[in-house]
Amino acid sequence: MSRKRISFRTELPLLVWLVVVWGALWRDFSPGNLVFGALIAVVVARIFYLPPVELSGRFNLLRAIPFAVVFLGKVVAASFQVMYLAIFRGPSVTNAVVAVPLRSHSDLMVTATGHVISLIPGSLVVEVDRSTSTLYIHGLNVRNDSDTAKLRREVQDTEASLIRIMGTRAEVDALQAEGLSATRGASS
Amino acid sequence: MTPNATGVDAVIDAVTAVLLIAGALMSLGAAIGLLRFPDLMSRMHAATKPQVLGLFLVLAAIGLQMREWWVWPILAVAWIFQLLTVPVSAHMVGRAGYRTKHLHPELLSTDELEAVVLRAAGERAAEKAEEAGSDVPHSRNGGHTGGTTGNGGPSA
Repeated sequence: MSRKRISFRTELPLLVWLVVVWGALWRDFSPGNLVFGALIAVVVARIFYLPPVELSGRFNLLRAIPFAVVFLGKVVAASFQVMYLAIFRGPSVTNAVVAVPLRSHSDLMVTATGHVISLIPGSLVVEVDRSTSTLYIHGLNVRNDSDTAKLRREVQDTEASLIRIMGTRAEVDALQAEGLSATRGASS
Repeated sequence: MTPNATGVDAVIDAVTAVLLIAGALMSLGAAIGLLRFPDLMSRMHAATKPQVLGLFLVLAAIGLQMREWWVWPILAVAWIFQLLTVPVSAHMVGRAGYRTKHLHPELLSTDELEAVVLRAAGERAAEKAEEAGSDVPHSRNGGHTGGTTGNGGPSA
């Protein structure tokens, strides 16, 4: 077969996830059930072949936990914001479609950013341009240019924190260089 | 679960009640949004955000009431799948809505995608004109002739 072989290491997160789902669905985390689940996970991953998700190989747990907490807070804020707009603004709400260029070109990063963006206040991904890694985002209640700029900064900040959590080494270095030049530019 | 009148039970019941009511209110908010917002994409905002939080609150309430450790993994899996699928479905609906012009341009303060779509449509039209002008009429007919907006824009 001409398909690319996936190394066990790249496949491991998928297998672990499948075993967790198996255990959760059976509501049984006894060793025997987990071993059987692992067997099925391996068979399923072999038969139903999908292109591998290219993980960067690093995951910063210390940054991931605060991010998750902030993310939950933002989901709550987003819900109340949408509810408020629905009740008090309704038909007269003003929106915008904004193009936001991302730093990273990896599919995983663009997907993760798009997912997080769709769940935090006032933004929804309308279109993705993969070649230039640009997200086109529909913003709720975006009335003027300063709102647009705010939305764009929010998206790029989200991407930055995702890169710090699980971006590749090169992406993190690029981000740090960017931050340094930005602070130097501000001070001069 | 046997109802014994200790303080812990009362607290858990109270918290459950708050979570359930808050979750139901979130779903109500989503429904109001669907009714009141003017166009498809604003409605997708209403359909995604309060609904995800509402489900989270209701699942947390279930977890508290069941008082068995094995419900937590399955509740977590249910919510994670919700987190993964809701943005995708919202994106697909929003994207289809944009391409089929189900939006009110007068309600948009800026539209940075429109220029890109127009440019792509213009390029395609120029290509087509070129093909029609040259002596190779069979090169690319069929599916592509249906209208520029459907295929216009950057492809994901």
